[in-house]
Amino acid sequence: MEQPRPDIVDSLARLTLFADLTNAQIEAIAHRFDEEVFAEGQRILRTGLSGAGLYLIIEGEALIRIDGQVRARFGPGEFFGEIGVLLGELPNADVEAATLLRCLEIPGAEVEPFLVEFPRVMYRMLQSEARRLRTTTEWKT
Amino acid sequence: MENVDRPFPPGQYDVVVVGSGPGGLQTSHCLTQLGVEHAVISQDEAPGGMFRRFPIFERLISWTKPDAPVERGTREYEWYDHNSLLGDAGAQALAPEFMDRSFDVPSRAEMEAALVAFTERAGVQVRYGCRWTGTRRDDDGGFVLETDDGEYACRFAVFAIGVTQPWVPSIRGSELAAHYVETRPASSYRDKRVVIIGKRNSAFEVGNGLLPWAKELTLVSPRPVQLELLPQSPLRLRYLQPYEEYVRGGAGTFVVDAAIEQIERSNGGLRVVAEGTTWPGRLEFDADDVILATGFKAPLQDLRELGVTTVLNDRIPALNPFFESISAPGLFFAGNITAGSRGIRKHGVGPNSTSVNGFRYNARVLAEHVAERLGIERPRPSVDRADVVPFLLRELSCAPELWIQKTFLGRVVSVTDGGLRDEGIVPLEHFLDAGGPDAVCVAIEMDPKAVIYPAVYVRRGGRITEHELPTHPVHAFRGSEYAREVEAILAAARF
Repeated sequence: MEQPRPDIVDSLARLTLFADLTNAQIEAIAHRFDEEVFAEGQRILRTGLSGAGLYLIIEGEALIRIDGQVRARFGPGEFFGEIGVLLGELPNADVEAATLLRCLEIPGAEVEPFLVEFPRVMYRMLQSEARRLRTTTEWKT
Repeated sequence: MENVDRPFPPGQYDVVVVGSGPGGLQTSHCLTQLGVEHAVISQDEAPGGMFRRFPIFERLISWTKPDAPVERGTREYEWYDHNSLLGDAGAQALAPEFMDRSFDVPSRAEMEAALVAFTERAGVQVRYGCRWTGTRRDDDGGFVLETDDGEYACRFAVFAIGVTQPWVPSIRGSELAAHYVETRPASSYRDKRVVIIGKRNSAFEVGNGLLPWAKELTLVSPRPVQLELLPQSPLRLRYLQPYEEYVRGGAGTFVVDAAIEQIERSNGGLRVVAEGTTWPGRLEFDADDVILATGFKAPLQDLRELGVTTVLNDRIPALNPFFESISAPGLFFAGNITAGSRGIRKHGVGPNSTSVNGFRYNARVLAEHVAERLGIERPRPSVDRADVVPFLLRELSCAPELWIQKTFLGRVVSVTDGGLRDEGIVPLEHFLDAGGPDAVCVAIEMDPKAVIYPAVYVRRGGRITEHELPTHPVHAFRGSEYAREVEAILAAARF
């Protein structure tokens, strides 16, 4: 039997990305952006299709697929879609749900105002990007 | 309650539809048109669903133009009439028939009358006074619905049960406040200080209704009013008078961005304690009445126990493009619960599934899908190659399904051994992700600046390409420049 789900505000408050925000700020974010849920195998980002957003994973796993090959997996607290949004480019990969996946969706056009409004979230995203870059660099050497 | 004249006695049916609001009525009518055997049960005593009671201040938010440049009753007219259900001759375009034209949106009573008339003229039968009380799976992969009258076994169940249960966020002291559904007659708020928690439609609806009565009115919620997002929002300008009074500096009306910490008793009244979200600091609002206009959730009863997972803070079930639970196959949803099917949300734009204008088309898509799962194929007429471009441009210009369900429903023409064929109205997400034969899909979309434009998607060899066409100041997408562009897209794809 499925247990009553935690309130979305509580779920967001547990994410490292939002660790520096007040409860009121997290409530404002929860009211401003929608929670989205995807079934296992459901596609979220599509190679070459415009209009995608930034997704913050609340629960479950997403996988990144390029030319049919799985290249990476992301879990709770991680995010995807930022490269296309920040660079204004079309996604170069498909992203699909590896499990039942629960995300907060920030539409592409709202990402810049969101990050500028919450610089501590931007800083923590930069830290995540740095860790991803380090992993890639280590793998190459 | 037992009466031999009541239709649909307990027993075995291919499909059981629960609910007699517009979602249930539309689904039943579409299933009947397709020849799908089904029962409709409802706990109510008459058709209408939520419109028997809501909106409290008696006026809907979506328009119906009794006179339009196209003939009433045609498919094109549906674009002008967002409140009628889709019926056959005699049962279509009923909302304008009951409107007194005081406004271009019907009153609650006019809407209810139109739904009663639809039930009669379309011949939709319902077993009223039959309350769904429980659900279980049977051994054959179907379901058993338990009701006051007995058990209904079915392959598929369609729940058109509305999003009608009050939803309240976890606010300390919320039990001291009344929910929107408990709002009293406006005159009873005379000379009162009223705090309304919320800034969506129901909050502004109540706020607008109380403006002539309350001595002080405050709307408070964490999210600011974002007028620039209005084209993508269900919020209606005509409810925004409290907001207008506030931004113009009018006295006694406030619209505040703050998260509610608690509601407490104070000096014989109530006090709302809140912390600013777009400004730093705390505020306390003294009030005689606090109304929670915080929205609704679907009354899912025991469906979570069958695996139905939810979205939007546990309010409604998460649905696939055909309005089936993403986690409990065989359980479908109709009516405004179809907002749980989110689509591809290109540019963050979602479907208009919370209102009749959108979910009437969702019902038809659902019915066609259920019919096919039961082995009933619908006709797919062939299309001559020379007619494809004019056909697609006509759809882009005036198909109500595409214009109302932007970036959600599309018109598809596929390539088969025997030539081209019209696949009808198809969820865009399904077209993009499910694979299939070479095909073209057209849709109407909206960009982040609320510019409306046509889009063409081509599937060739399993790969999708996207073509966004320019907009037009009066949305006339049938001109020669559009014809040339669509023809070039099809030719490049070797259609």
